[in-house]
Amino acid sequence: MTTVAKPLPQISAEMAPWFDAARRHELVAQRCAGCGTWRFPARDLCSRCLSRDFAWERVSGRGTVFSFAVMHQVYHPAFAAEVPYPVVVVELDEGARMLSNLVDCPVDQLRIGMPVEVVFDDVTPDVTLPKFRPRR
Amino acid sequence: MPHHALRGSAAIAGLGITPQGKVYDRNAIGFAVDAVKLALDDAGLAREDLDGLLVNPGLTWGDMGMGSFQLQQAMGLRNLRLSATMNLGGATACAMIQHAVQAIAAGLATTVACVFSDAPLKPPAPRGEKTSSAGAYGFARGWEQAYGYFGVNAMYALVARRHMARYGTTQDHLGLVAVAQRRWANRNPRAQMHDAPLTLDEYHRSRWIVEPFHLFDCCLVSNGGLAVIVTSAERARNLRPPPVYVLGMAQGHLGGDPSDTLASGAVLAKEPAFRMAGVTLADVDVVELYDCYTFTVIVTLEDYGFCAKGEGGPFVAEQVTGPDGKLAVNTGGGQLASFYMWGMTPVSEAVVQLRGDGGERQVPKHDVALVSGNGGVLSTHSTLVLGRDAA
Repeated sequence: MTTVAKPLPQISAEMAPWFDAARRHELVAQRCAGCGTWRFPARDLCSRCLSRDFAWERVSGRGTVFSFAVMHQVYHPAFAAEVPYPVVVVELDEGARMLSNLVDCPVDQLRIGMPVEVVFDDVTPDVTLPKFRPRR
Repeated sequence: MPHHALRGSAAIAGLGITPQGKVYDRNAIGFAVDAVKLALDDAGLAREDLDGLLVNPGLTWGDMGMGSFQLQQAMGLRNLRLSATMNLGGATACAMIQHAVQAIAAGLATTVACVFSDAPLKPPAPRGEKTSSAGAYGFARGWEQAYGYFGVNAMYALVARRHMARYGTTQDHLGLVAVAQRRWANRNPRAQMHDAPLTLDEYHRSRWIVEPFHLFDCCLVSNGGLAVIVTSAERARNLRPPPVYVLGMAQGHLGGDPSDTLASGAVLAKEPAFRMAGVTLADVDVVELYDCYTFTVIVTLEDYGFCAKGEGGPFVAEQVTGPDGKLAVNTGGGQLASFYMWGMTPVSEAVVQLRGDGGERQVPKHDVALVSGNGGVLSTHSTLVLGRDAA
Protein backbone atom coordinates (compact mmCIF):
# COMPACT_ATOMS: atom_id res chain seq x y z
CA MET A 1 0.00 0.00 0.00
CA THR A 2 1.35 3.38 -0.92
CA THR A 3 1.25 6.07 1.68
CA VAL A 4 -0.05 9.44 0.70
CA ALA A 5 1.51 12.47 2.34
CA LYS A 6 -0.80 14.80 4.18
CA PRO A 7 -1.35 18.03 2.32
CA LEU A 8 0.85 20.85 3.49
CA PRO A 9 -0.79 24.21 4.06
CA GLN A 10 -1.08 26.47 1.05
CA ILE A 11 0.46 29.54 2.59
CA SER A 12 -0.70 32.86 1.19
CA ALA A 13 1.35 36.02 1.54
CA GLU A 14 -1.10 37.21 4.21
CA MET A 15 -0.73 34.02 6.28
CA ALA A 16 3.06 33.66 5.91
CA PRO A 17 3.92 35.56 9.12
CA TRP A 18 1.71 33.19 11.12
CA PHE A 19 3.55 30.15 9.77
CA ASP A 20 6.94 31.88 10.19
CA ALA A 21 6.14 32.40 13.87
CA ALA A 22 4.91 28.82 14.23
CA ARG A 23 8.26 27.57 12.93
CA ARG A 24 9.83 29.43 15.87
CA HIS A 25 7.19 27.79 18.11
CA GLU A 26 5.47 31.07 18.73
CA LEU A 27 1.76 31.66 18.33
CA VAL A 28 0.76 35.03 16.91
CA ALA A 29 -2.41 36.70 15.69
CA GLN A 30 -3.11 39.86 13.75
CA ARG A 31 -4.12 42.86 15.79
CA CYS A 32 -5.66 45.94 14.25
CA ALA A 33 -3.62 49.07 14.91
CA GLY A 34 -6.73 51.18 14.46
CA CYS A 35 -9.08 49.63 17.02
CA GLY A 36 -7.09 46.88 18.72
CA THR A 37 -9.33 44.03 17.54
CA TRP A 38 -7.61 40.64 17.27
CA ARG A 39 -8.29 38.74 14.11
CA PHE A 40 -7.60 35.40 12.49
CA PRO A 41 -7.13 34.16 9.81
CA ALA A 42 -5.10 36.93 8.23
CA ARG A 43 -6.88 39.72 6.39
CA ASP A 44 -5.47 42.89 4.91
CA LEU A 45 -7.95 45.14 6.66
CA CYS A 46 -10.04 45.27 9.79
CA SER A 47 -13.72 44.55 9.12
CA ARG A 48 -14.61 46.52 12.25
CA CYS A 49 -12.84 49.88 11.66
CA LEU A 50 -11.54 49.30 8.09
CA SER A 51 -7.99 50.24 9.09
CA ARG A 52 -5.26 48.64 7.00
CA ASP A 53 -2.70 49.01 9.77
CA PHE A 54 -2.01 45.96 11.87
CA ALA A 55 0.71 44.05 13.65
CA TRP A 56 1.26 40.35 14.21
CA GLU A 57 1.46 40.05 17.99
CA ARG A 58 2.32 37.12 20.14
CA VAL A 59 -0.60 35.59 22.01
CA SER A 60 -0.72 33.39 25.08
CA GLY A 61 -1.63 30.21 23.25
CA ARG A 62 -4.26 29.58 25.90
CA GLY A 63 -7.95 29.48 25.26
CA THR A 64 -11.03 27.30 25.24
CA VAL A 65 -12.73 25.10 22.68
CA PHE A 66 -15.36 27.30 21.00
CA SER A 67 -16.69 24.57 18.72
CA PHE A 68 -15.63 21.30 17.21
CA ALA A 69 -16.45 18.92 14.39
CA VAL A 70 -15.38 15.29 14.29
CA MET A 71 -14.28 14.29 10.82
CA HIS A 72 -15.35 10.76 9.91
CA GLN A 73 -15.54 10.98 6.14
CA VAL A 74 -12.18 10.49 4.44
CA TYR A 75 -12.00 13.50 2.16
CA HIS A 76 -8.28 13.04 1.59
CA PRO A 77 -6.52 9.66 1.55
CA ALA A 78 -3.76 10.88 3.85
CA PHE A 79 -6.30 11.16 6.67
CA ALA A 80 -7.70 7.64 6.23
CA ALA A 81 -5.78 6.28 9.22
CA GLU A 82 -6.81 9.19 11.44
CA VAL A 83 -10.58 9.25 11.22
CA PRO A 84 -12.37 10.07 13.37
CA TYR A 85 -10.30 13.14 14.18
CA PRO A 86 -11.38 16.49 15.62
CA VAL A 87 -11.25 19.86 13.97
CA VAL A 88 -11.66 22.53 16.63
CA VAL A 89 -12.17 26.25 16.79
CA VAL A 90 -10.24 27.61 19.75
CA GLU A 91 -11.19 30.95 21.22
CA LEU A 92 -7.95 32.38 22.53
CA ASP A 93 -7.89 34.31 25.78
CA GLU A 94 -7.12 37.40 23.65
CA GLY A 95 -10.33 36.89 21.66
CA ALA A 96 -9.21 35.67 18.23
CA ARG A 97 -10.55 32.30 17.10
CA MET A 98 -8.28 29.75 15.46
CA LEU A 99 -9.20 26.68 13.47
CA SER A 100 -6.96 23.79 14.46
CA ASN A 101 -6.77 20.20 15.65
CA LEU A 102 -6.98 18.99 19.23
CA VAL A 103 -4.36 16.41 20.18
CA ASP A 104 -3.97 14.21 23.27
CA CYS A 105 -7.74 14.02 23.73
CA PRO A 106 -10.08 11.17 22.78
CA VAL A 107 -12.83 12.55 20.56
CA ASP A 108 -15.56 11.42 22.96
CA GLN A 109 -14.09 13.65 25.66
CA LEU A 110 -14.19 16.80 23.55
CA ARG A 111 -16.40 19.51 25.03
CA ILE A 112 -17.17 23.09 24.16
CA GLY A 113 -15.52 25.29 26.76
CA MET A 114 -12.69 22.92 27.64
CA PRO A 115 -9.45 24.78 28.41
CA VAL A 116 -6.69 24.16 25.89
CA GLU A 117 -3.15 25.32 25.14
CA VAL A 118 -1.05 25.46 22.01
CA VAL A 119 1.47 22.81 21.00
CA PHE A 120 3.64 22.90 17.90
CA ASP A 121 3.72 20.08 15.39
CA ASP A 122 6.82 20.24 13.17
CA VAL A 123 5.40 18.41 10.17
CA THR A 124 8.43 19.13 7.93
CA PRO A 125 11.68 21.02 8.56
CA ASP A 126 9.98 24.05 6.99
CA VAL A 127 6.40 23.77 8.16
CA THR A 128 5.08 23.79 11.71
CA LEU A 129 1.39 23.56 12.55
CA PRO A 130 0.12 25.08 15.78
CA LYS A 131 -2.29 22.62 17.39
CA PHE A 132 -3.96 22.49 20.78
CA ARG A 133 -4.16 20.03 23.67
CA PRO A 134 -6.25 19.97 26.83
CA ARG A 135 -4.86 22.19 29.56
CA ARG A 136 -4.30 20.40 32.83
CA MET B 1 -53.33 49.76 4.58
CA PRO B 2 -52.85 49.76 0.80
CA HIS B 3 -51.15 46.81 -0.78
CA HIS B 4 -47.50 46.97 -1.80
CA ALA B 5 -47.38 48.00 -5.47
CA LEU B 6 -45.59 44.82 -6.52
CA ARG B 7 -47.65 42.42 -4.43
CA GLY B 8 -49.11 39.86 -6.79
CA SER B 9 -47.89 41.83 -9.82
CA ALA B 10 -46.09 38.82 -11.23
CA ALA B 11 -46.45 35.07 -11.07
CA ILE B 12 -44.61 31.85 -11.68
CA ALA B 13 -46.25 30.55 -14.85
CA GLY B 14 -43.99 27.68 -15.82
CA LEU B 15 -42.03 24.98 -14.02
CA GLY B 16 -39.40 22.76 -15.59
CA ILE B 17 -37.69 19.95 -13.72
CA THR B 18 -35.29 17.68 -15.63
CA PRO B 19 -34.55 14.14 -14.50
CA GLN B 20 -32.67 14.45 -11.22
CA GLY B 21 -29.87 12.55 -9.52
CA LYS B 22 -27.56 10.06 -11.17
CA VAL B 23 -28.15 11.33 -14.70
CA TYR B 24 -24.94 11.39 -16.67
CA ASP B 25 -25.91 12.16 -20.25
CA ARG B 26 -25.80 15.95 -20.06
CA ASN B 27 -23.49 18.62 -18.71
CA ALA B 28 -24.62 21.58 -16.62
CA ILE B 29 -25.53 23.76 -19.60
CA GLY B 30 -27.39 20.84 -21.19
CA PHE B 31 -29.48 20.48 -18.04
CA ALA B 32 -30.15 24.23 -18.02
CA VAL B 33 -31.34 24.18 -21.63
CA ASP B 34 -33.66 21.26 -20.93
CA ALA B 35 -35.03 22.84 -17.76
CA VAL B 36 -35.93 26.06 -19.61
CA LYS B 37 -37.53 24.07 -22.46
CA LEU B 38 -39.62 22.09 -19.95
CA ALA B 39 -40.66 25.27 -18.15
CA LEU B 40 -41.69 26.94 -21.41
CA ASP B 41 -43.66 23.83 -22.43
CA ASP B 42 -45.34 23.78 -19.05
CA ALA B 43 -46.39 27.42 -19.45
CA GLY B 44 -47.43 26.91 -23.07
CA LEU B 45 -44.85 29.45 -24.22
CA ALA B 46 -42.22 29.38 -26.93
CA ARG B 47 -38.56 30.34 -26.87
CA GLU B 48 -39.44 33.55 -28.71
CA ASP B 49 -41.60 34.61 -25.78
CA LEU B 50 -38.62 34.78 -23.43
CA ASP B 51 -37.03 38.18 -23.05
CA GLY B 52 -35.23 37.69 -19.74
CA LEU B 53 -32.77 35.09 -18.50
CA LEU B 54 -31.38 34.83 -14.98
CA VAL B 55 -28.95 32.03 -14.24
CA ASN B 56 -27.57 30.59 -11.02
CA PRO B 57 -24.62 28.48 -12.13
CA GLY B 58 -23.91 25.36 -10.08
CA LEU B 59 -20.42 24.26 -9.14
CA THR B 60 -19.69 22.52 -12.43
CA TRP B 61 -20.32 25.62 -14.52
CA GLY B 62 -16.76 26.50 -13.50
CA ASP B 63 -15.65 30.09 -13.72
CA MET B 64 -18.37 31.01 -16.14
CA GLY B 65 -18.85 34.61 -15.16
CA MET B 66 -21.15 35.13 -18.14
CA GLY B 67 -23.25 32.04 -17.57
CA SER B 68 -26.52 33.63 -18.70
CA PHE B 69 -24.91 34.62 -22.02
CA GLN B 70 -23.50 31.10 -22.44
CA LEU B 71 -26.96 29.68 -21.87
CA GLN B 72 -28.55 32.21 -24.23
CA GLN B 73 -26.16 31.09 -26.98
CA ALA B 74 -26.59 27.40 -26.17
CA MET B 75 -30.34 27.58 -26.64
CA GLY B 76 -30.43 30.12 -29.42
CA LEU B 77 -32.27 32.86 -27.58
CA ARG B 78 -32.45 36.17 -29.43
CA ASN B 79 -33.30 39.71 -28.39
CA LEU B 80 -33.19 39.32 -24.62
CA ARG B 81 -33.77 42.50 -22.68
CA LEU B 82 -32.61 41.17 -19.29
CA SER B 83 -29.69 38.85 -18.59
CA ALA B 84 -27.67 38.15 -15.45
CA THR B 85 -25.62 35.47 -13.76
CA MET B 86 -26.27 35.49 -10.03
CA ASN B 87 -24.74 33.75 -7.09
CA LEU B 88 -25.90 34.01 -3.50
CA GLY B 89 -25.45 30.28 -3.07
CA GLY B 90 -28.69 28.63 -2.04
CA ALA B 91 -30.39 32.01 -1.66
CA THR B 92 -30.08 32.68 -5.38
CA ALA B 93 -33.25 30.90 -6.53
CA CYS B 94 -35.66 33.11 -4.59
CA ALA B 95 -33.47 36.14 -5.33
CA MET B 96 -33.64 35.50 -9.10
CA ILE B 97 -37.42 35.43 -8.90
CA GLN B 98 -37.37 38.67 -6.91
CA HIS B 99 -35.27 40.38 -9.57
CA ALA B 100 -37.54 39.01 -12.28
CA VAL B 101 -40.60 40.47 -10.52
CA GLN B 102 -38.88 43.84 -10.22
CA ALA B 103 -37.73 43.85 -13.85
CA ILE B 104 -41.24 42.98 -15.05
CA ALA B 105 -42.76 45.74 -12.89
CA ALA B 106 -40.21 48.20 -14.28
CA GLY B 107 -41.03 47.23 -17.84
CA LEU B 108 -37.53 45.93 -18.54
CA ALA B 109 -38.79 42.48 -19.47
CA THR B 110 -42.08 40.61 -19.71
CA THR B 111 -41.18 36.93 -19.44
CA VAL B 112 -38.12 35.82 -17.49
CA ALA B 113 -36.64 32.35 -17.11
CA CYS B 114 -34.84 31.73 -13.80
CA VAL B 115 -32.55 28.72 -14.02
CA PHE B 116 -30.29 26.54 -11.91
CA SER B 117 -28.37 23.50 -13.09
CA ASP B 118 -25.41 21.41 -12.03
CA ALA B 119 -23.76 18.09 -12.84
CA PRO B 120 -21.28 17.25 -10.06
CA LEU B 121 -21.94 13.49 -10.06
CA LYS B 122 -19.73 11.41 -12.34
CA PRO B 123 -20.64 8.00 -13.73
CA PRO B 124 -19.31 5.01 -11.77
CA ALA B 125 -15.68 4.40 -12.71
CA PRO B 126 -14.59 1.22 -14.48
CA ARG B 127 -13.74 -1.62 -12.13
CA GLY B 128 -10.59 -1.08 -10.10
CA GLU B 129 -10.57 2.67 -10.62
CA LYS B 130 -11.45 4.82 -7.66
CA THR B 131 -13.50 7.93 -8.05
CA SER B 132 -15.28 10.36 -5.82
CA SER B 133 -17.81 13.05 -6.44
CA ALA B 134 -15.95 15.01 -3.79
CA GLY B 135 -13.31 15.71 -6.41
CA ALA B 136 -15.66 18.02 -8.23
CA TYR B 137 -15.94 20.19 -5.17
CA GLY B 138 -12.24 20.81 -4.68
CA PHE B 139 -12.53 20.05 -0.98
CA ALA B 140 -8.82 20.37 -0.18
CA ARG B 141 -7.53 23.89 -0.25
CA GLY B 142 -5.85 26.69 1.64
CA TRP B 143 -3.88 26.45 4.83
CA GLU B 144 -6.81 24.63 6.47
CA GLN B 145 -6.21 21.46 4.44
CA ALA B 146 -3.17 20.71 6.61
CA TYR B 147 -5.60 20.31 9.52
CA GLY B 148 -7.86 17.94 7.63
CA TYR B 149 -10.59 20.57 7.52
CA PHE B 150 -12.45 19.89 4.31
CA GLY B 151 -15.75 20.95 2.87
CA VAL B 152 -18.99 22.63 3.75
CA ASN B 153 -20.14 19.73 5.95
CA ALA B 154 -17.40 20.59 8.44
CA MET B 155 -18.14 24.31 8.27
CA TYR B 156 -21.79 23.70 9.10
CA ALA B 157 -20.94 21.10 11.73
CA LEU B 158 -19.03 23.72 13.73
CA VAL B 159 -22.09 25.99 13.75
CA ALA B 160 -24.52 23.16 14.53
CA ARG B 161 -22.37 22.14 17.50
CA ARG B 162 -22.67 25.68 18.90
CA HIS B 163 -26.45 25.54 18.52
CA MET B 164 -26.53 22.20 20.34
CA ALA B 165 -24.38 23.56 23.16
CA ARG B 166 -26.27 26.82 23.50
CA TYR B 167 -29.85 25.64 23.10
CA GLY B 168 -29.73 21.97 23.96
CA THR B 169 -30.52 20.79 20.44
CA THR B 170 -29.94 17.03 20.30
CA GLN B 171 -28.98 14.39 17.79
CA ASP B 172 -32.56 13.11 17.99
CA HIS B 173 -33.84 16.56 16.99
CA LEU B 174 -31.64 16.55 13.90
CA GLY B 175 -32.70 13.00 13.11
CA LEU B 176 -36.39 13.77 13.38
CA VAL B 177 -36.03 16.40 10.63
CA ALA B 178 -34.50 13.74 8.39
CA VAL B 179 -37.24 11.24 9.24
CA ALA B 180 -40.10 13.73 8.65
CA GLN B 181 -38.72 14.80 5.28
CA ARG B 182 -38.10 11.21 4.24
CA ARG B 183 -41.75 10.45 4.93
CA TRP B 184 -42.66 13.26 2.53
CA ALA B 185 -40.16 11.96 -0.05
CA ASN B 186 -41.74 8.52 0.14
CA ARG B 187 -44.87 10.21 -1.27
CA ASN B 188 -42.98 12.04 -4.04
CA PRO B 189 -42.30 9.89 -7.14
CA ARG B 190 -39.68 12.40 -8.29
CA ALA B 191 -37.64 12.08 -5.09
CA GLN B 192 -34.32 10.27 -5.20
CA MET B 193 -35.28 8.67 -1.85
CA HIS B 194 -38.87 7.86 -2.87
CA ASP B 195 -38.42 4.14 -2.32
CA ALA B 196 -36.27 4.36 0.79
CA PRO B 197 -38.12 4.73 4.12
CA LEU B 198 -36.14 5.97 7.11
CA THR B 199 -36.68 5.38 10.83
CA LEU B 200 -35.00 7.33 13.61
CA ASP B 201 -33.10 4.15 14.47
CA GLU B 202 -31.79 3.86 10.94
CA TYR B 203 -30.84 7.53 11.06
CA HIS B 204 -28.73 6.95 14.15
CA ARG B 205 -27.11 3.92 12.56
CA SER B 206 -26.27 5.72 9.33
CA ARG B 207 -22.60 6.55 9.01
CA TRP B 208 -21.15 9.73 10.34
CA ILE B 209 -19.96 12.26 7.81
CA VAL B 210 -18.78 15.02 10.08
CA GLU B 211 -20.11 14.75 13.61
CA PRO B 212 -22.75 15.90 14.54
CA PHE B 213 -23.91 15.13 11.00
CA HIS B 214 -24.83 11.63 9.93
CA LEU B 215 -25.20 10.84 6.24
CA PHE B 216 -28.92 11.65 6.44
CA ASP B 217 -28.33 15.08 7.97
CA CYS B 218 -26.74 16.17 4.70
CA CYS B 219 -28.51 17.10 1.48
CA LEU B 220 -28.24 14.91 -1.56
CA VAL B 221 -25.98 15.60 -4.49
CA SER B 222 -27.89 15.75 -7.76
CA ASN B 223 -27.26 16.23 -11.42
CA GLY B 224 -30.09 18.12 -13.04
CA GLY B 225 -31.65 21.40 -14.01
CA LEU B 226 -34.63 23.38 -12.76
CA ALA B 227 -36.24 26.48 -14.22
CA VAL B 228 -39.26 28.64 -13.60
CA ILE B 229 -40.87 31.19 -15.90
CA VAL B 230 -41.88 34.45 -14.24
CA THR B 231 -44.27 36.77 -16.05
CA SER B 232 -46.82 39.46 -15.28
CA ALA B 233 -49.91 38.41 -13.34
CA GLU B 234 -52.07 39.47 -16.25
CA ARG B 235 -50.19 37.30 -18.72
CA ALA B 236 -50.01 34.40 -16.28
CA ARG B 237 -53.80 34.38 -16.00
CA ASN B 238 -54.02 33.74 -19.74
CA LEU B 239 -51.68 30.75 -19.63
CA ARG B 240 -52.59 27.15 -19.01
CA PRO B 241 -51.17 26.46 -15.52
CA PRO B 242 -52.79 28.12 -12.50
CA PRO B 243 -50.69 31.20 -11.67
CA VAL B 244 -48.52 31.10 -8.56
CA TYR B 245 -48.40 34.72 -7.52
CA VAL B 246 -45.45 36.35 -5.82
CA LEU B 247 -47.17 38.06 -2.91
CA GLY B 248 -44.17 39.00 -0.79
CA MET B 249 -40.40 38.94 -1.10
CA ALA B 250 -37.32 40.07 0.78
CA GLN B 251 -33.71 39.24 1.48
CA GLY B 252 -31.58 39.25 4.63
CA HIS B 253 -27.85 38.83 4.92
CA LEU B 254 -26.58 39.00 8.49
CA GLY B 255 -22.82 38.91 7.91
CA GLY B 256 -20.37 38.14 10.66
CA ASP B 257 -19.78 34.72 12.17
CA PRO B 258 -22.79 32.37 12.04
CA SER B 259 -21.38 30.66 15.14
CA ASP B 260 -22.19 33.85 17.03
CA THR B 261 -25.58 34.66 15.55
CA LEU B 262 -26.75 31.01 15.22
CA ALA B 263 -29.40 32.53 12.98
CA SER B 264 -30.33 32.75 9.34
CA GLY B 265 -31.12 35.96 7.47
CA ALA B 266 -34.79 35.12 7.92
CA VAL B 267 -34.63 37.29 11.02
CA LEU B 268 -34.20 40.25 8.63
CA ALA B 269 -36.25 39.07 5.66
CA LYS B 270 -39.41 37.72 7.29
CA GLU B 271 -40.96 41.00 8.39
CA PRO B 272 -40.73 42.88 5.07
CA ALA B 273 -41.72 39.78 3.09
CA PHE B 274 -44.85 39.15 5.14
CA ARG B 275 -45.71 42.84 5.31
CA MET B 276 -45.57 43.03 1.52
CA ALA B 277 -47.65 39.88 1.19
CA GLY B 278 -50.23 41.15 3.65
CA VAL B 279 -50.37 37.81 5.42
CA THR B 280 -49.10 36.42 8.70
CA LEU B 281 -47.35 33.20 9.62
CA ALA B 282 -50.73 31.75 10.60
CA ASP B 283 -51.89 32.11 6.97
CA VAL B 284 -49.07 29.92 5.66
CA ASP B 285 -50.26 26.47 4.51
CA VAL B 286 -47.07 25.13 2.99
CA VAL B 287 -43.51 25.74 4.19
CA GLU B 288 -40.59 25.01 1.88
CA LEU B 289 -37.34 25.76 3.69
CA TYR B 290 -33.84 25.57 2.35
CA ASP B 291 -32.37 22.39 3.82
CA CYS B 292 -28.71 21.87 3.08
CA TYR B 293 -28.70 20.12 6.47
CA THR B 294 -31.31 19.03 8.99
CA PHE B 295 -29.81 21.70 11.24
CA THR B 296 -30.64 24.45 8.74
CA VAL B 297 -34.33 23.52 8.92
CA ILE B 298 -34.32 23.81 12.72
CA VAL B 299 -32.67 27.24 12.63
CA THR B 300 -34.95 28.50 9.86
CA LEU B 301 -38.13 27.37 11.64
CA GLU B 302 -36.95 29.37 14.65
CA ASP B 303 -36.08 32.45 12.66
CA TYR B 304 -39.44 32.68 10.90
CA GLY B 305 -41.09 32.41 14.29
CA PHE B 306 -42.78 29.02 14.02
CA CYS B 307 -41.24 28.48 17.47
CA ALA B 308 -39.09 30.51 19.83
CA LYS B 309 -35.37 30.95 19.18
CA GLY B 310 -33.57 27.85 20.35
CA GLU B 311 -36.78 25.80 20.41
CA GLY B 312 -36.44 24.42 16.89
CA GLY B 313 -35.25 21.06 18.19
CA PRO B 314 -38.13 20.45 20.62
CA PHE B 315 -40.52 21.82 17.94
CA VAL B 316 -39.56 19.19 15.37
CA ALA B 317 -39.48 16.56 18.13
CA GLU B 318 -43.25 17.00 18.44
CA GLN B 319 -43.28 15.44 14.97
CA VAL B 320 -45.38 18.26 13.58
CA THR B 321 -43.55 18.78 10.28
CA GLY B 322 -44.16 15.44 8.54
CA PRO B 323 -47.22 14.28 6.58
CA ASP B 324 -50.33 14.59 8.80
CA GLY B 325 -48.49 17.02 11.09
CA LYS B 326 -49.89 20.46 11.84
CA LEU B 327 -47.19 22.24 9.78
CA ALA B 328 -46.37 20.95 6.30
CA VAL B 329 -42.60 21.47 5.91
CA ASN B 330 -40.56 20.45 2.86
CA THR B 331 -43.40 18.46 1.43
CA GLY B 332 -41.48 16.90 -1.44
CA GLY B 333 -38.77 15.57 0.85
CA GLY B 334 -36.63 18.65 0.42
CA GLN B 335 -33.02 18.60 -0.59
CA LEU B 336 -32.34 15.99 2.07
CA ALA B 337 -34.49 13.41 0.31
CA SER B 338 -35.84 14.56 -3.08
CA PHE B 339 -33.12 16.31 -5.08
CA TYR B 340 -30.61 19.08 -4.55
CA MET B 341 -31.06 21.98 -6.94
CA TRP B 342 -29.87 24.56 -4.45
CA GLY B 343 -32.78 26.89 -3.66
CA MET B 344 -34.77 25.78 -6.69
CA THR B 345 -35.88 22.63 -4.88
CA PRO B 346 -38.04 24.48 -2.31
CA VAL B 347 -39.31 26.90 -5.00
CA SER B 348 -40.41 24.05 -7.24
CA GLU B 349 -42.21 22.19 -4.47
CA ALA B 350 -44.10 25.34 -3.49
CA VAL B 351 -45.29 25.67 -7.09
CA VAL B 352 -46.36 22.00 -7.16
CA GLN B 353 -48.30 22.38 -3.90
CA LEU B 354 -49.98 25.70 -4.74
CA ARG B 355 -51.11 24.29 -8.09
CA GLY B 356 -52.54 21.28 -6.29
CA ASP B 357 -50.31 18.91 -8.23
CA GLY B 358 -48.84 17.19 -5.15
CA GLY B 359 -50.64 13.87 -5.66
CA GLU B 360 -50.14 11.63 -2.65
CA ARG B 361 -48.31 14.40 -0.81
CA GLN B 362 -50.72 17.23 -1.61
CA VAL B 363 -51.41 19.45 1.38
CA PRO B 364 -55.24 19.86 1.65
CA LYS B 365 -55.25 23.62 2.17
CA HIS B 366 -52.70 25.13 -0.18
CA ASP B 367 -53.36 28.84 -0.63
CA VAL B 368 -50.15 30.38 0.72
CA ALA B 369 -46.59 29.04 0.68
CA LEU B 370 -43.46 30.31 2.39
CA VAL B 371 -40.19 29.61 0.58
CA SER B 372 -36.71 30.27 1.91
CA GLY B 373 -33.28 30.24 0.34
CA ASN B 374 -30.04 30.08 2.26
CA GLY B 375 -26.47 30.31 1.01
CA GLY B 376 -23.00 29.96 2.42
CA VAL B 377 -23.07 29.00 6.07
CA LEU B 378 -26.27 30.79 7.11
CA SER B 379 -24.65 33.67 5.19
CA THR B 380 -27.27 34.72 2.65
CA HIS B 381 -31.04 34.44 2.83
CA SER B 382 -34.01 35.13 0.62
CA THR B 383 -37.75 34.81 1.23
CA LEU B 384 -40.75 34.39 -1.04
CA VAL B 385 -44.38 34.36 0.02
CA LEU B 386 -46.33 32.74 -2.82
CA GLY B 387 -50.08 32.44 -3.22
CA ARG B 388 -52.83 31.04 -5.41
CA ASP B 389 -54.84 34.23 -5.16
CA ALA B 390 -53.51 37.72 -5.79
CA ALA B 391 -56.65 39.50 -4.61
